[in-house]
Amino acid sequence: MASGQQWVLVEMVQAFYEAPAYHLILEGFLILWIVRLLFSKTYKLQERSDLTEKEKEELIEDWQPEPLVPLVSKDHPPPKYDVVSGPTSHKIIVNGKECINFASFNFLGLLDNERVKNQALTSLKKYGVGTCGPRGFYGTFDVHLELEERLAKFMRTEEAIIYSYGFATIASAIPAYSKRGDIVFVDEAACFSIQKGLQASRSNIKYFKHNDMDDLERLLKELETEDQENPRKARVTRRFIVVEGLYINTGDICPLPELVQLKYKYKVRILLEESLSFGVLGEHGRGVTEHFGVNIDDIDLISANMENSLASIGGFCCGRSFVIDHQRLSGQGYCFSASLPPMLAAAAIEALNIMEEDIDIFRLLRDKCKHIHSALQGISGLEVVGESISPAFHLQLEKSTGSRELDVKLLRGIIDYCMNRQIALTQAHYLDKEERFLPPPSIRVVVTIEQTEEELEKAASLIKEAAQHILQHTVLGH
Amino acid sequence: MATTADLVSNGNIHRHNQNINTFKSDAYVRSGFSNHCSKHNGKANGCLDKRPFKESFDQAPLYVAVLTYVGFGVVTLFGYFRDFLRACGLEKCNLAQEREEQKDFVPLYQDFENFYTRNLYMRVRDNWNRPICSLPGPQFDLVERVSDDYNWTFRNTGKTIKNVINMGSYNYLGFAENNANFLTTVADTTRQYGVGVCSTRQEMGNLDIHNELEDLVATFLGVEDSMTFGMGFATNSMNIPALVGKGCLILSDELNHTSLVLGARLSGSTIRVFKHNNIQSLEKLLRDAVVHGQPRTHRPWKKILILVEGIYSMEGSVVRLPEIVALKKKYKAYLYLDEAHSIGAVGQTGRGVTEYFGLDPSDIDVMMGTFTKSFGAAGGYIAGKKELVDFLRTHSHSSVYATSMSPPVTKQILRVLKCIMGQDGTTMGIQRVRQLAENIRYFRQRLQEMGFIIYGNEDSPVIPLLLYMPGKVGAFAREMLKKNIGVVVVGFPATPITESRARFCLSAAHTRGMLDKVLNTLDDLGDYLSLKYSRHSRSTQDRTLRQNSVINH
Repeated sequence: MASGQQWVLVEMVQAFYEAPAYHLILEGFLILWIVRLLFSKTYKLQERSDLTEKEKEELIEDWQPEPLVPLVSKDHPPPKYDVVSGPTSHKIIVNGKECINFASFNFLGLLDNERVKNQALTSLKKYGVGTCGPRGFYGTFDVHLELEERLAKFMRTEEAIIYSYGFATIASAIPAYSKRGDIVFVDEAACFSIQKGLQASRSNIKYFKHNDMDDLERLLKELETEDQENPRKARVTRRFIVVEGLYINTGDICPLPELVQLKYKYKVRILLEESLSFGVLGEHGRGVTEHFGVNIDDIDLISANMENSLASIGGFCCGRSFVIDHQRLSGQGYCFSASLPPMLAAAAIEALNIMEEDIDIFRLLRDKCKHIHSALQGISGLEVVGESISPAFHLQLEKSTGSRELDVKLLRGIIDYCMNRQIALTQAHYLDKEERFLPPPSIRVVVTIEQTEEELEKAASLIKEAAQHILQHTVLGH
Repeated sequence: MATTADLVSNGNIHRHNQNINTFKSDAYVRSGFSNHCSKHNGKANGCLDKRPFKESFDQAPLYVAVLTYVGFGVVTLFGYFRDFLRACGLEKCNLAQEREEQKDFVPLYQDFENFYTRNLYMRVRDNWNRPICSLPGPQFDLVERVSDDYNWTFRNTGKTIKNVINMGSYNYLGFAENNANFLTTVADTTRQYGVGVCSTRQEMGNLDIHNELEDLVATFLGVEDSMTFGMGFATNSMNIPALVGKGCLILSDELNHTSLVLGARLSGSTIRVFKHNNIQSLEKLLRDAVVHGQPRTHRPWKKILILVEGIYSMEGSVVRLPEIVALKKKYKAYLYLDEAHSIGAVGQTGRGVTEYFGLDPSDIDVMMGTFTKSFGAAGGYIAGKKELVDFLRTHSHSSVYATSMSPPVTKQILRVLKCIMGQDGTTMGIQRVRQLAENIRYFRQRLQEMGFIIYGNEDSPVIPLLLYMPGKVGAFAREMLKKNIGVVVVGFPATPITESRARFCLSAAHTRGMLDKVLNTLDDLGDYLSLKYSRHSRSTQDRTLRQNSVINH
């Protein structure tokens, strides 16, 4: 082989001698041209303008940007928030009126639990309030490590990692794994923080119909054929399914056993958001995996916030160390944010203690959910949306008026009617223009174990009454 | 055409030259400005503040840069060698492994992604995430941990390292404290409200104390209104998308914090990056943007938003605000100022960089800041005109989807704000602000005298001390801990590859004794590890200091 190369070289030199002069000149010229191109200034379209300085100044003078925020018209004043004076616990004072709270996600009533408060106070005495640093730079407290250990133990996973903000948890976890070019299959009803996480990941996103496993399988099959066409790309394209345990937007439970089957059939990883189902579903409150009896190791990552059942602040992810540990350097909301104030972590630990000691609370919560769920059936004009064991569900208009604005107004009427009679409710709020699939307007009803049977009955009958009272006019209008 | 930046610097051309002469050729140009240049800011904003703007970014001798690269090269080579050994099965691989059932899935991580973590970071991992078991005050207790497998896992010995001097926490004003008398309101709030809220601001989580806090923040900053959020990081990443979108342009400083970068990305606007704190670079981008409009279509941009930070947490530099405000006015852009590290820490009364430069807060369109640092709490705020805040109350991602701020945290911020503003009837707040300024001057001067290269503005509480070589990063942090001093070290990828550094964050709670202990230790360690790279002779340093003190009086 070496001799062959030598021969080519000799031939080239020979050819150089034999070539005519014009040929050499032309080639020399071409080489010079290439050199010139290599060293010339970078070609930039924008700089090739023939504007004089004066014209530029005029352009700068003329340009009028849009206002930073749109001007508010007089007929659409900014909406006022309801003001809560005092805690958002069972009894709540909204806009000066004392009500029974049917609006905050304090499912297990741990917000005003004395034990939780006392632990928080003990922690306050020792650690103060803030941590003054991210986890990497002296923001890791022994309390954080304890909470992570306890959460992992509670969920029966290898490892857990805590974030200082519920919203940031799944929104940081998704882009830690799924990168540009990867494929994510998402349920259409996925909550906003999932949507933001997906956007940050810049992955290829495929939405499947809400809880529709056939639709998901159709998409997975499509991908399979694509993979066969381009196996080299398929070998490096990570693929994920992102679902919620209990959907905050619909109150539905995801069909986890089917999802796990699909996972192994098509080799896709499952990321599960359990903010609503953690501490709610399952005999021990471990969430949707326990509810269905699915092996928790079959789920690649579980994320939940500590702001609902645990009634503290923050969020956590749990799963196998192989998966979770990666976030300690790649989870943006973990690395670049100050850590959770120790007193909030201490409160979460005590809340976990209570959940572990008394598993009756989960059964009690389910009973109450079923109770109000059945009491709310058959209201003319209002439809109950969500599973009967979901502690947060929606009341939607059976028939939309055709205008979202008007629907919202009607529902607000029902809420005000109840609020004036000591039942605090709220609408489910969305950013209409930002949501991928905007859910219809609805009243959110939240059940907690602190609500007595009478209160549940009262709420149901009041809502019924309000619906009759408010919706009557529109029904007549049709 | 004279650019705005030129106009500003013309005012003190004399002093500028003088400095360059003093430092001869040591001065090197970074971001288009000579180092050690001082400026009067008066011309840009019409006020008569005589404060010199003194920022330094010395360059290390060439051999240091070369050795740094050699250092990284050696570690990388060893990394490949060890990876080879692991692949052959000669070395035990301590990494957590994929489940057997999922081995045929597409790998979750590409092999090269973790090369750096596995082979470089793992060697010095013990210097980060050190668990602490006390208040993060000026002194704290660390959980002692040891590793039996070269940092792959740690084991607590059950002992604590007591009274380590804390040079790492962002406790600028010393409000990370557990004095029960100061915390009575916080404790009462915990008893009354509990720790959580369990709802969002727009639904059932808008507490009376949230409103109280927002009013006070607005008063403190001297703006019309403000809104607060539960997490500082999310304040940026969830509000920038509400302000700008497609068809808008974001001009972002190259060293902006991840949260700003994330927010800019999520907004869907076009992003262009200017050199760190470099007015010429910013003006060029602004000019091009206004003149040429959007790429291809040449339609004019809808809005242009400039994203800057008050104090940059890795450089210790202070934003050149007067120049940027002048530019923003000239080109009708909007300015988003992130005061995460500067609020409370600079300015005569702790009101941040606007006060530091004597600017009117209404010149800044969006004032953002966090409560994690100077306030010893958690969360962030956005403040500005009433229209802006009203718009955010409706459109901020955070107000609709995220749980609102924890009541005890809210109360802590209220308490600290009242203290800084003197509303608690004491002068403790203002004393702390002054104490911090004094500590900064003292610490920076001493470090410079010792011959270390330190970055940043002379008034910045963030003080990066350059270590350069990767081997020294680990050595420095470990040696300091042996002397009972907790420091933060940072290296690539948080900094440029050749500029690994230690970072000190000063606090008003540091006593002179603590600072002296740290300085003396640094002096010894600096000789031991050869960290004194500065080529300014001590006599020159002294002269400059004297000059400065003359100017300051």
